Amino acid sequence: MAEVPSNLKFLESHEWARLEEDGTVTVGISDHAQELLGDIVFVELPDIGKEVTQSGDTAIVESVKAASDVYSPLSGEITEINETLIDNPEIINTSPYDSGWFFKIKPQDINEMDKLLDAKAYESASES
Amino acid sequence: MKRTYLNEFHLKNNGHLVDFAGWEMPINYGSQINEHNLVRTNVGIFDVSHMAVFDFLGGNQVEFLKYLIPNDVTKILDSKRALYSPLLNEEGGILDDLIIYHLGNNKFRIISNCATREQNYAWFKKIALEFGVDTNFKSDASIIALQGPNTLKEISGLYDLKLEKFHLYQDDDVMIARTGYTGESGIEIVSNANKGMEIWKYLISKDIQPIGLAARDTLRLEAGFNLYGSDMTIKNNPYDSNLEWTVDHRDENRDYIGKRALLDLKESKQCLVGFYTKERGVLRSGTKVSFDGGEGEITSGTWSPTFKKNIGFCRITKTYPKTGKSILRDKEINLHFCETNFLKYLK
Repeated sequence: MAEVPSNLKFLESHEWARLEEDGTVTVGISDHAQELLGDIVFVELPDIGKEVTQSGDTAIVESVKAASDVYSPLSGEITEINETLIDNPEIINTSPYDSGWFFKIKPQDINEMDKLLDAKAYESASES
Repeated sequence: MKRTYLNEFHLKNNGHLVDFAGWEMPINYGSQINEHNLVRTNVGIFDVSHMAVFDFLGGNQVEFLKYLIPNDVTKILDSKRALYSPLLNEEGGILDDLIIYHLGNNKFRIISNCATREQNYAWFKKIALEFGVDTNFKSDASIIALQGPNTLKEISGLYDLKLEKFHLYQDDDVMIARTGYTGESGIEIVSNANKGMEIWKYLISKDIQPIGLAARDTLRLEAGFNLYGSDMTIKNNPYDSNLEWTVDHRDENRDYIGKRALLDLKESKQCLVGFYTKERGVLRSGTKVSFDGGEGEITSGTWSPTFKKNIGFCRITKTYPKTGKSILRDKEINLHFCETNFLKYLK
């Protein structure tokens, strides 16, 4: 069974968001998503400073099997990207919620977090 | 959904099951890349019991097969061995690709793809009858592929095989052929489901990794083997599918289904070639390719675990330069064209 940490918020399209102490939000894809994709071989990450919108396509993740858009859970500005993924994308498979994060956002409106699914809602949405 | 007798095993052993042409089959058991690499460097086993096994009974099976396929079955009459051939319609279009096994004494077996099973069954039955041959579809067949450089060592506890490539070993209820779809040394073991379970359990007890169909696809692509339905369909003929070598016209008097069409055609304006690119991203089937003086389309594309780059096949106009271009997510990608056998070409 895929792991769904209870401290995270989710988009139905399998991205997770974690509010950090400094007010930024870290984004990645769920354990369930990496399982569906299989072995990941490439990622395309956004440029730092880019303005993104909630549910807008922001990054690309590609496995041996298929390529998939990664949507931003929140609107805001990209402040950091996980450059390790460029040469070691397989980290997403082994550590989707930790070292496999994609990017960090300075949110425009933190209330957008309320529109995201909590772990329980995501779990039942991704099972159906 | 149809299931093979090993379905329960796949479920209990982390097999990620998917719908594969109406069959619930394992796509991987965790990581297709690890599985792929194990077959290249050591050994792995595949459940491919979804494929269709046809045995022929009575009649003149040699004449039947001489007429059925463009490759010439008389090549394998001298011993028990296997022959690859496409199956054609009268227009020379490819209906499927097959392995024909000579079981000795002019008795034969055919293994075909699973999606084409009903079509082939009807086709074989109809043609075979004209030669007094009965077609028997084996519904409880087990096909286990053991593939990788350590294959013969791993099977030696059960069978001491000294088989040349494409040759067969047979005992009462088991046929073992030195064939495969990976480009590695390997065997395919055909039996009934009971015997298959015995052999599968023995190999698993030796800690041999089961391999999913996803790795089977990357292994066959690296080895330059066509996949029916992707790299060739009924719209293609052997000449535009890199299969000239399976069209055997040495016996001028032999008639076979599709011969007239192929003689009229002589050759094709298109061909199937390999491509690779060092750029990031994976070009997949359906993507257009272009180059100076021609164009075409990718039929199979993947990320190669062995060469760590995007490889694939494309069908393009027959005269082509060394390089071409394609578009991936609005970005231009440079391609190198090459032989389809990447194991030979890129090593």
